[in-house]
Amino acid sequence: MIPQSFEYFRPRSVSEAIALLQEHGDGAKILSGGQSLIPMMKIRLARPEFIIDINRLPDLHYIKEEGGFLKIGGLTREADLETSSLIRSKYFIILDTAASIADPQVRNMATVGGNLAHGDPANDHPATMLALEAEIVAVGQHGERIIPIKDFFLSIFTTALEHSEILTEIRIPIPPSGSGGSYFKLERKVGDFATVGVAAQVTVDGAGVCRRAGIGLTNVGATPIKATRAEGFLVGKTMDKQQIDRAAQLAAEEAQPSSDLRGPAEYKVSMVRELTKRALLRACERAVR
Amino acid sequence: MATKKHVCLKVNGSDHDAEIEPRLLLVHFIREVLTLTGTHVGCDTTNCGACTVLLDGRAVKSCTVFAVQADGCEIRTIEGVANNGKLHPLQEGFKEEHGLQCGFCTPGMIMSACALLEKNPHPSEQDIRWGISGNMCRCTGYQNIVKAVQYAANKMA
Repeated sequence: MIPQSFEYFRPRSVSEAIALLQEHGDGAKILSGGQSLIPMMKIRLARPEFIIDINRLPDLHYIKEEGGFLKIGGLTREADLETSSLIRSKYFIILDTAASIADPQVRNMATVGGNLAHGDPANDHPATMLALEAEIVAVGQHGERIIPIKDFFLSIFTTALEHSEILTEIRIPIPPSGSGGSYFKLERKVGDFATVGVAAQVTVDGAGVCRRAGIGLTNVGATPIKATRAEGFLVGKTMDKQQIDRAAQLAAEEAQPSSDLRGPAEYKVSMVRELTKRALLRACERAVR
Repeated sequence: MATKKHVCLKVNGSDHDAEIEPRLLLVHFIREVLTLTGTHVGCDTTNCGACTVLLDGRAVKSCTVFAVQADGCEIRTIEGVANNGKLHPLQEGFKEEHGLQCGFCTPGMIMSACALLEKNPHPSEQDIRWGISGNMCRCTGYQNIVKAVQYAANKMA
């Protein structure tokens, strides 16, 4: 399959990339890891006339803690999350998520920024970033702005990014002690999109009482879903099986799946309930370790 | 017609210059421009892994990378695996352990296994299955492919 013909640009700075986006308007598209865009171009669901390849932009590949945040550069590859000692020692929810994405070859190219900026409710990082209450750093012609993740996903394939903005960084508030998280993905086979995915992040105090809960749902609606009722319910509760079951029921009620080749909607709702239980249980285990 | 781009890629140790259309996929550059047809096009949809090559040492699906993106990079294909006519331990392993039947997936399998063994010279069975999880084989049921990679890991140890 051959994509439609396009003009190719390889800017050397973020400002040059933004200028190209402005100059070429709606026909221009950013190429990051390309693992979603190129397949869409091959089946001609996407037909950009101008490709702006940002892969060689300097200084957007990093994973570091700084100023109270875990900061992930927009061009960081999924495979780099998997091998990062910081992620492997401290951010299990992100490790779970990265490892569940596609397959090893795709993870060698695919970027964290692209996974979010694509705005696909079937992608895995969005639910995790919702659970972690991340912030998106976007750079445009007027400089940098911060978009809270809860305001980022507007509709299918549509985010709060303006046309000439580039997602340069993801910032995650460093969780306090007593925190843990996990991501569970139900998939038919390696490389498939989630039938259902659930990300859970909790902070538990010394008495086993929940101080904060974040729950994100993958591929059960037109956007990734933040299960705010389930989150709100858990705060102040002792994290025992009964309360986790109730929270999982609330999360299942917040899902809005459609029936498709991955299963009927009722099945997906049940799977949200089950995966939310598992994700919360594992998050709690990790929080008290 | 889009403006052609000049690219220079080092493929299996040799430099190759070309003027190419930006939409040319890396797998088509390898197969049609360089006539290295050991790299296969299977599904053409980023699923099967038959087109796997190493791009600066990392396994990628060459049907999902534009050749122009690889400008200035090093590519390794199945043709670059043997050394002076002597089979690579992975190639030998696939032969000894019957790691193939039809052979269509084999070049991609070997390239994924190459990347795995370079990072992890002593993989467990689970590590091997994880390492080749982006490659499909419809003949073997994978058992003998795992054995072939184990054979190579033992031989290279």
